[in-house]
Amino acid sequence: MKNAIEIKELTKDYKDIRAVDHLNLEIQDGELFALLGVNGAGKTTTIKMLCCITKPDEGDAFLKGNSICTDSEKVKAIIGVSPQETAVAKNLSVTENLQLICGVHGFDKQTTQEKISQMIEQFNLQSVKNKKASKLSGGWQRRLSIAMALISNPEILFLDEPTLGLDVIARSELWDQIRTLKGKMTIILTTHYMEEAEELSDRIGIMRDGHLLAVGTADALKKMAGKEKFEEAFIAIVKGGAK
Amino acid sequence: MRRMLTFANRTMKEILRDPLTIAFGLGFPLIILLLLSLIQANIPVQMFEIQHLTPGITVFGLSFMTLFSAQLISHDRESSFLTRLYTTPLKAHEFILGYLLPILPLCIVQSIICYIVAMILGLPFSINIVWAILMNLVPSLLFIAIGLLCGSAMNQKQVGGICGALLTNLSAWLSGIWFDISMLGKAIGGFANALPFIHAVELERAVLVGNFSSALSHLLWVAAYAVVMLVVAVFMFLKQMNKQ
Repeated sequence: MKNAIEIKELTKDYKDIRAVDHLNLEIQDGELFALLGVNGAGKTTTIKMLCCITKPDEGDAFLKGNSICTDSEKVKAIIGVSPQETAVAKNLSVTENLQLICGVHGFDKQTTQEKISQMIEQFNLQSVKNKKASKLSGGWQRRLSIAMALISNPEILFLDEPTLGLDVIARSELWDQIRTLKGKMTIILTTHYMEEAEELSDRIGIMRDGHLLAVGTADALKKMAGKEKFEEAFIAIVKGGAK
Repeated sequence: MRRMLTFANRTMKEILRDPLTIAFGLGFPLIILLLLSLIQANIPVQMFEIQHLTPGITVFGLSFMTLFSAQLISHDRESSFLTRLYTTPLKAHEFILGYLLPILPLCIVQSIICYIVAMILGLPFSINIVWAILMNLVPSLLFIAIGLLCGSAMNQKQVGGICGALLTNLSAWLSGIWFDISMLGKAIGGFANALPFIHAVELERAVLVGNFSSALSHLLWVAAYAVVMLVVAVFMFLKQMNKQ
């Protein structure tokens, strides 16, 4: 299978702190890859570099063969991003938020209408399509945020902590939405929730202090750490206790 | 162009749909205009004569446009909304124009409404009113640039303090709208004259009475400030964008 993402020696420093340290990773086409780690592990910085928001200090990454350092426009054309915080225009309705993203991607009127209808149906946004984003619950806002990331038909989708702060029902509903996307595109998911990574991902990468400590399926990581539960395996790997 | 216009459209909607825009951007300047006209009706003061007062109020009202634009940009930065848009094909100049351009018509509408109310209060109509409204575009550009600068450099709380309190007070007290600045002494008078606010008010006053030759020096003063402020604001916005 072809690689959708190839990360080579990617490094980022913030003043005295090395947020990401010579990261090497390959993610396959159509894979749902989760990046796990405690706060400050370097997950969000890695995502920001892959999305061309932050420039790396060393190394490079190739998204569908396009360099984040030299082909950022091509990279931006093939990615969709749902940031950590719910990044929606609060005084715009659900439909207007979707229109905005179509507009900044330069879609014509007909394409815009088609894509909006498609997203509204896919994310069951019919009942709230004319509501202002600020009036939506956290779960609906998060759905809208992901719909905004998907409306440009990205080949690679970045979901940064997509269920952070959601109640258990909203989280379960969002998981269902994410499951429907699996295999249709490459998805990079960052999360703090072990069960989320275990439930949704094909493979999981565990980061600490800017380093990638381990990569594999949930079962492989459990086996590697010699633990039955994934959370215990994660703790063992992060604390350096994995055998 | 289409991308920038889409983003500009969003900026305008966000500002217009905020009830504070109507309350402060329009309501507050009009209340001051009405109150001071009422005082003038009972205790005549030359400063509060409608043809003297209205140009100052139109300039003072612009300080709220700074607040609105700075708040929006600052909120977009803090809420990750800008982070999302940075991952789209929108380019730096499209971001900047998308924030700046939609506020200009709002400034014009604000001036038009102020002059309409002033005419109801007794300001005689003349073609100079149209010139005064058009000339207000230059101070508008200055105030919008300050908004872009503050929104790019400060968080929402700081924007509230600097734009909501400091700037509105500076443009209210050091612009000669309601009293003669020379009453404050040489030092403060000199300081006020070095700032652009008093010149923006004098520019509007001169244009309203058709004294265009006197308006020119004030226009140049305000335009110079606007250009410098715009350059600094764009630099700061780009710096923030790259800092991401």
